[in-house]
Amino acid sequence: MTTLDSSKEIQKNNSEVNETHEDFRMFGLITFLIADGMTFAGFFAAYLTYKAVNPLPDGAIYELELPIPTLNTILLLVSSATFHKAGKALLKDKNSDSQKWLFFTAFLGIIFLICQLFEYFHLPFGLTDNLFASTFYALTGFHGLHVTLGTLMILIIAWQSRINGGRLTSQNMFPLEAVELYWHFVDGIWVILFIILYLL
Amino acid sequence: MTISIDPQKTNNESLQPKGWLRYFSFSLDHKVIGIQYLVCGFLFYLIGGTLASAIRIELASPMSDFMPRDVYNQVLTLHGTIMIFLWIVPVVNGAFGNYLIPFYVGARDMAFPRLNAVAFWLIPPSGLMLVASYFVEGAAQAGWTAYPPLSITTPQSGQIIWILSVLLLGGSSIFGGINFIATIIKLRRPGLKLMQLPMYCWAMLGTSLLVVLSTPVLAGTLILLSFDIIAKTGFFNPVLGGNVVVYQHLFWFYSHPAVYIMVLPAFGLVSEILPVHARKPLFGYTTMVFSIMGIVVLGLVVWAHHMFTSGTPPWMRLFFTIATAFIAVPTGIKFFNWVATLWGGKISINSAILFSCGFIINFVFGGITGVALAQVPFDIHVHDTYFVVAHFHYIVYGGTVFIIFSSIYHWFPKVTGKMLNEKLGILHFIITFIGFNLCFAPQHWLGLNGMPRRVAEYDPQFQFVNQISSLGALMMAISTIPFLINVFHSLRNGRDAGDNPWDALTPEWLTSSPPPVENWEGEAPLVEEPYGYGKQFSEQNKNI
Repeated sequence: MTTLDSSKEIQKNNSEVNETHEDFRMFGLITFLIADGMTFAGFFAAYLTYKAVNPLPDGAIYELELPIPTLNTILLLVSSATFHKAGKALLKDKNSDSQKWLFFTAFLGIIFLICQLFEYFHLPFGLTDNLFASTFYALTGFHGLHVTLGTLMILIIAWQSRINGGRLTSQNMFPLEAVELYWHFVDGIWVILFIILYLL
Repeated sequence: MTISIDPQKTNNESLQPKGWLRYFSFSLDHKVIGIQYLVCGFLFYLIGGTLASAIRIELASPMSDFMPRDVYNQVLTLHGTIMIFLWIVPVVNGAFGNYLIPFYVGARDMAFPRLNAVAFWLIPPSGLMLVASYFVEGAAQAGWTAYPPLSITTPQSGQIIWILSVLLLGGSSIFGGINFIATIIKLRRPGLKLMQLPMYCWAMLGTSLLVVLSTPVLAGTLILLSFDIIAKTGFFNPVLGGNVVVYQHLFWFYSHPAVYIMVLPAFGLVSEILPVHARKPLFGYTTMVFSIMGIVVLGLVVWAHHMFTSGTPPWMRLFFTIATAFIAVPTGIKFFNWVATLWGGKISINSAILFSCGFIINFVFGGITGVALAQVPFDIHVHDTYFVVAHFHYIVYGGTVFIIFSSIYHWFPKVTGKMLNEKLGILHFIITFIGFNLCFAPQHWLGLNGMPRRVAEYDPQFQFVNQISSLGALMMAISTIPFLINVFHSLRNGRDAGDNPWDALTPEWLTSSPPPVENWEGEAPLVEEPYGYGKQFSEQNKNI
């Protein structure tokens, strides 16, 4: 490394250059979400194929109860709106409002997870009962994992948006925008999942 | 492990490890990460090569006498997995991509340096885990495809470690892919247009799209498979009402594009190497770009040609046969473009171009057998025979690994500032080329005559041809020796290379050898014509 000494100067120049760079973290996140979406696409494809070609044994066909998942759909859609509210509030420098909306969003996420667990405990089938049961738990479980991660991230950015000493400000919106995009993605997946798994 | 600090934030350079130690650190420098990928991959190549030699020793005689049959299955599985996931994919994408792409787009580093380092450091632990699984309860035995129900019924611990390891490697690959897409699209130097990028950028863009779109499906599939193994669910277990063909569809939805993930970057690299050593512009730049993108699109919709014997319905066979045959068109365009690039050029015979020409020859054979295999009647005849083994190795060894060596000969002067020894290089090429063809060409005959793949024992009538093949494998093993001597000797005593020993025009040659930490003193050069050979060399230099 002949040029380590001169690299300091380059770094100085470079950091100036980088400040004028457009922010491509969001671009990276979108690419990641496309990849993540492909995992779900694989699961959905497997589920639909099973449904088409692998008939279940007699007496193993269940009517899924609709009230809880419908409530869950509404919960997630509302939470997407409240998250949006949080972003708007932060943009106007109303940090405490933003924090309230974020906590409310996280609260909705937690309610969703509780409802999901409630549904699990009241279903007439277990993970290994038959092919439908296994795919049902794999799909909803994988989605539930995403909701869990999303809720944790919302709690983290809610903590970061505190008024004194928080990292999240109207100048540094990226953490909020990133988690918001992720949350909308998880909501969108749920809507597809709800249609394919419960309504079809 | 030392943690090095983001160069933009550190004021204390003593924290940054220097010299060879930085290759063992969590370095964020794309060049260090590239070399880490290359050396790590090469070590796994040596392991995988040893396993391949063990396979060929076993197959030199019809009886299973060198190792027990279950050990043979483990060796076979580890050989395939290591060579694909720990040698070819990381090296041809991670190593050369990390080293070259920032130069080509005129950047000082990749778009996400920290993600880049994470992607690399996922590889050694998962590789070691995979190799170590042999000592637990025996490694996985179901081949690199891990088809159920075989992968469900063989000893579990090895298979589970295999799944974990491949999941980590897939994650590493996805992180790398995201990074390359962001770097090529977003981090281009102002003024550099997409259609002015060196061809390797296009190849990596196409490859990364395939990685991002298909690898997650493999991850999901392997998660379901691990459920089948651990929790006794029945996704892929026919006894429990599952469907093995669904696994095959999902698996090949990744693993056919994986072939392009392995070979598209090699297409890009050979397009960089040929013009330099033939002193001619790359023939048909635009058609090259469109054929790469054509391969990306078609590569996503041909997977079921691996499954013609899996009870696929006739319409599916028809569709996938036609789609697969179509892939020969963009690939053929690329092949003719390379030949046209060489045509009438002032070719200097050196190791780099020899390996590249070896690639072109081998790849044509692999491509022709590929088109043949896409035809259902022929495929049903040779399915799961040595014909497929021969075809596959002509693509990935005769294709990609030849290009990896070619690239090492081409870029070694840039990375180290020293020239490699040409005599040893040409010796390396001759032994590899003869050994490779001696090893794999006879396997076409074996397959056509019905010798199944993945077996430790075979009919004695095949013994002589198998011994020829084993002799070739021995030559391939020996060919590593002149290469290693060459590298270690040249690192110490090699001739000084200077900044641009090949008089090349692509941007990585316009800086010092080895390049400084952030690639350029001052501003990155704007290279509008990376292949402008034969035009006025001095005119190019004006821009710099």
